[in-house]
Amino acid sequence: MDEFKSTIESVFRQESGRILATLIRISGSFDLAEEAMQEAFATAVANWPVKGVPDNPGAWITSVAHRKLVDHSRRERTRREKQGPLLYETPTAYELDPTMVEAEAITFPDDRLRLVFTCCHPALHQEAQVALTLRTLGGLTTPEIARAFLLPEPTLAQRLVRAKRKISQARIPYEVPPLSQIPERLNSVQAVIYLVFNEGYSATAGDSLIRRELCSEAIRLCRTLCELLPNEPENLGLLALMLLHDSRRDARMDKQGRLVTLEEQDRSLWDHERIREGVTLLKKALRMRQAGPYQLQAAISAVHAEAASPAQTDWQEIAALYQELMRHSPSPIIALNHAVAVAMGGSLERGLAQIDQVGASGRLEEYHLFHAARADILRRLGRKTESAEAYAAALKLVTNKVEQQYLQDRLKQVAQ
Amino acid sequence: MRYMLLIYTREDAVARSSPEEMQQVMNGHIAAMQEAHAKGVMQQAEPLPNTGMATTVRMQNGTPIITDGPFAETKEQLAGYYILDCKDLDEAVAWAAKIPTACGGTQGCVEIRPLQAVPASEKVPQMAQSSAGRNG
Repeated sequence: MDEFKSTIESVFRQESGRILATLIRISGSFDLAEEAMQEAFATAVANWPVKGVPDNPGAWITSVAHRKLVDHSRRERTRREKQGPLLYETPTAYELDPTMVEAEAITFPDDRLRLVFTCCHPALHQEAQVALTLRTLGGLTTPEIARAFLLPEPTLAQRLVRAKRKISQARIPYEVPPLSQIPERLNSVQAVIYLVFNEGYSATAGDSLIRRELCSEAIRLCRTLCELLPNEPENLGLLALMLLHDSRRDARMDKQGRLVTLEEQDRSLWDHERIREGVTLLKKALRMRQAGPYQLQAAISAVHAEAASPAQTDWQEIAALYQELMRHSPSPIIALNHAVAVAMGGSLERGLAQIDQVGASGRLEEYHLFHAARADILRRLGRKTESAEAYAAALKLVTNKVEQQYLQDRLKQVAQ
Repeated sequence: MRYMLLIYTREDAVARSSPEEMQQVMNGHIAAMQEAHAKGVMQQAEPLPNTGMATTVRMQNGTPIITDGPFAETKEQLAGYYILDCKDLDEAVAWAAKIPTACGGTQGCVEIRPLQAVPASEKVPQMAQSSAGRNG
């Protein structure tokens, strides 16, 4: 019995996104599709231990769920005919053709790309895009998503309800956008995936720095995206970037849960399998000769990953890549990173001058890493009093407890 | 002269009101619409679903930037409207990108609100043929 339970769980984990994507296309409704899929999985729980697991479990679930949708559509029609004109008609499902069920079961089509673009449609708020993508494509439950983002469950549930209502009422299309619009629409898909990853990699709140399940989920979603649109270099770049960051996961915290900076990390703890995969993907992307922000960030991460020791890091290359990144998407945060690379490349004074120049705009005043970066360079220059002041400024802004601890330790060090 | 009358309301209060209160409001609208129709003033009247259903399109260097919600800045005032019958939101966005939002066509934005279907039983019977109105 347990064996069947784990089979069904793994089918759900691997296939639910694809099954749901097709059911949404068939029914025209996220809610009906979810309901039908749940019922079909319940049927599988009762059925498979008796009759055995079907050859193609995903196709089996899809066709059972499809039949449930057809039944639903029939019941709806009868209800409508009985009641006469309804007061407020809510057209939730299309009228379904039962003969389509068998045809769909044979082809088991992949509608996930439509699902991705609909969930990440720019007419939805980004928070809603994230929740909906994780719920439908990722197959995460509402409590799981709420827990991952440290949100109350009702808040997340309401976000999902509202997003689904907007999709149906404002009629956000369930379609892959035309080719001319794909690069732009992909921006919001990539942004959603990267946001999920970053929330997992550097949690903005809470006691733990890394929430692994979010990192893994973002990587899984991006693998799906690369599988669906393999010729988009920025998709590959994003996957490479996340794999390279994720390779340092085990080295970023010590046994006491304290933050370990890149410079101080034990490089033997890095996941070299992930690094190899990330670098291979990045090379493949760069060969397409359309560099973009994700590829450039991945390239920066790869320079770190390939350095055998901190002293061997090619900071000149990193500074050059940040400059290129500035050209693509200028932002004070990138300018700050460029300045740090210059400082680390051997010219602490010049780097500090650049940081202060970036800071003069005032736009990074509320960004704790701006103050932390300044503090770090001042510390390296031996200017302890100024360094302590900058660490104190960073401490006032930081919200993550692990980062807070790190900054406190540093402050103690320079204040001695 | 044709006028578009925009009804402003507290969405949170509406969400809390009972079916009886809603019906009362509906009756008030029916009375007003019937009177406007009887006097030949009526052009078109439709309720809007809440602002959460709105989409705003702002042009930036010739590219439409789409956001969720009615985020027009308060210094901008409503200057006109189109009612268009589109296949889906993407088609409506494409139209919004063609509509000039200022004399130069670069400032301001277009807020897209889906119109809510009025159930047949609530419609004032003669309204359907009245769209030409007395100015038509």
